[in-house]
Amino acid sequence: MNRRVKSPQRPVTSSGRNQVGGTSGSRAGAQNELCVRDSKRRSNLAQTIDITLKVNGHEHSLTLDPRTTLLDALREHLALTGSKKGCDHGQCGACTVLVDGTRINACLTLAAMHDGDAITTIEATGDARLAALQTAFVEHDGFQCGYCTPGQICSALGMLNELDAGMPSHVTADIQGAGMALTDEEIRERMSGNICRCAAYPNIVRAIAQVQERAS
Amino acid sequence: MKAFTFTRAADAAAATRAASNGHAAKFIAGGTNLLDLMKLQIEAPDELIDINRLGMDEITTTPGGGLRIGALVRNAVLAAHPLVRRDYEVLSRALLSGASAQLRNKATTGGNLLQRTRCYYFYDTTKPCNKRQPGSGCAALGGFNRVHAILGTSENCIASHPSDMAVAMLLLDAVVETLKPDGTERHIKLADLHKLPGDTPEQETMLERGELITAVILPPPPAGRQIYRKVRDRASYAFALVSVAAIIGEDGASRMAFGGIGTKPWRVPAADELRAPDDIADTVLAGAAGHGTNDFKIPLTRRVIHAVLRDQNPERS
Repeated sequence: MNRRVKSPQRPVTSSGRNQVGGTSGSRAGAQNELCVRDSKRRSNLAQTIDITLKVNGHEHSLTLDPRTTLLDALREHLALTGSKKGCDHGQCGACTVLVDGTRINACLTLAAMHDGDAITTIEATGDARLAALQTAFVEHDGFQCGYCTPGQICSALGMLNELDAGMPSHVTADIQGAGMALTDEEIRERMSGNICRCAAYPNIVRAIAQVQERAS
Repeated sequence: MKAFTFTRAADAAAATRAASNGHAAKFIAGGTNLLDLMKLQIEAPDELIDINRLGMDEITTTPGGGLRIGALVRNAVLAAHPLVRRDYEVLSRALLSGASAQLRNKATTGGNLLQRTRCYYFYDTTKPCNKRQPGSGCAALGGFNRVHAILGTSENCIASHPSDMAVAMLLLDAVVETLKPDGTERHIKLADLHKLPGDTPEQETMLERGELITAVILPPPPAGRQIYRKVRDRASYAFALVSVAAIIGEDGASRMAFGGIGTKPWRVPAADELRAPDDIADTVLAGAAGHGTNDFKIPLTRRVIHAVLRDQNPERS
């Protein structure tokens, strides 16, 4: 993991036009065109922002174009490509990571908004529950193509944290009650922000339920 | 995404001043709607003012027995707060029915109120939209308008307001607290915050340039059972076709607010005086008009009103 720490510091000063399904990376032609057409704003392109992210326990100092999403910072600057870019609009959940233990869509937040924050991605090691989820997904065949899987597992980890905190869901009958059981219905509702194109949902539900059962 | 400068405000007053100076400055809090729109260049601010570190994230009781919710309280935190779950269940329920867990963890109270419509044509920059580009026309009229409004529309715009949270807050007579760039605060009834589209659908709220929502204040909890019922195209993670927030008293009196059917969160106080479901529906739906593929929302709203009252009083059905 440590050999990935060194940031390539690749400038992404016109990573713009991230459209649905778009992948980041080699779009130099389109980017140049955008810069020329956008000459009035060129002065703004000079801005970079210095931030520190603590990713999976390791501190990284980065100098970024302010447009860089947390997801692009992880993937393109820290080479942590476990977190996936699916829709890039917060609809599919493939980019799910945890910030200070809370799951969010890394594609819908700027890295600059997370200066100093602790980020957990699928590459994290040493978290027993994360490891248990990874094992359970393999045991229960909780995927086919695997593209959504890092997001599913990080989301499940965040979901179990929320359950620990007693947070209710839309399907919780008594939201004033203290303890709530993690039924299949609860898992489905609480995981609805993660889409699986292969529809491995039944096995994903089983994998998550197993982790919760073995822990309790 | 268009280039912008990124600044972190030192305090709320500095944030409002900065936002009033820039010609196209925006506050960013959760960013779940703003960044989505910036990637499509529907929003293209020159400057983003990060307000995430300004505090404003506490939920406190007011001297009057109500609740003051900081503008930066995340939707998930608000929904799970013990006092909200106990005293304002309709608000918890509305929040939990919206978006996904990841989005609720990030989205804020203030930002939720200011989120923009999910009209397909507002999002499609190849189509005319008076809200996105004033004067260009409305592709939703005569287009696919299944998710669009049947109340409060104009010939220029039929986009529905997407929030669940705002519907519950409207029912609860919430007041929005703001700070203006000149340093003055004001309190705006949530009922007055959003504007009808009229001839200027691009003007969605009565907030002035640089004005920052700092909190939402709820009056003391109302008596009666609180209900949020949301009808949508899938069981989770979908916007409302029709939603009803309701408080029903032991005597059968009710008050309701509606989502999915209005160009703003919708409430007709005159209906509070009525008891018969059809009378309530007639009053709420006065002036309602479908636009083709959303015609179904008129009978659906009536049925949801019936269902909410029937579930509360089973013997009446």
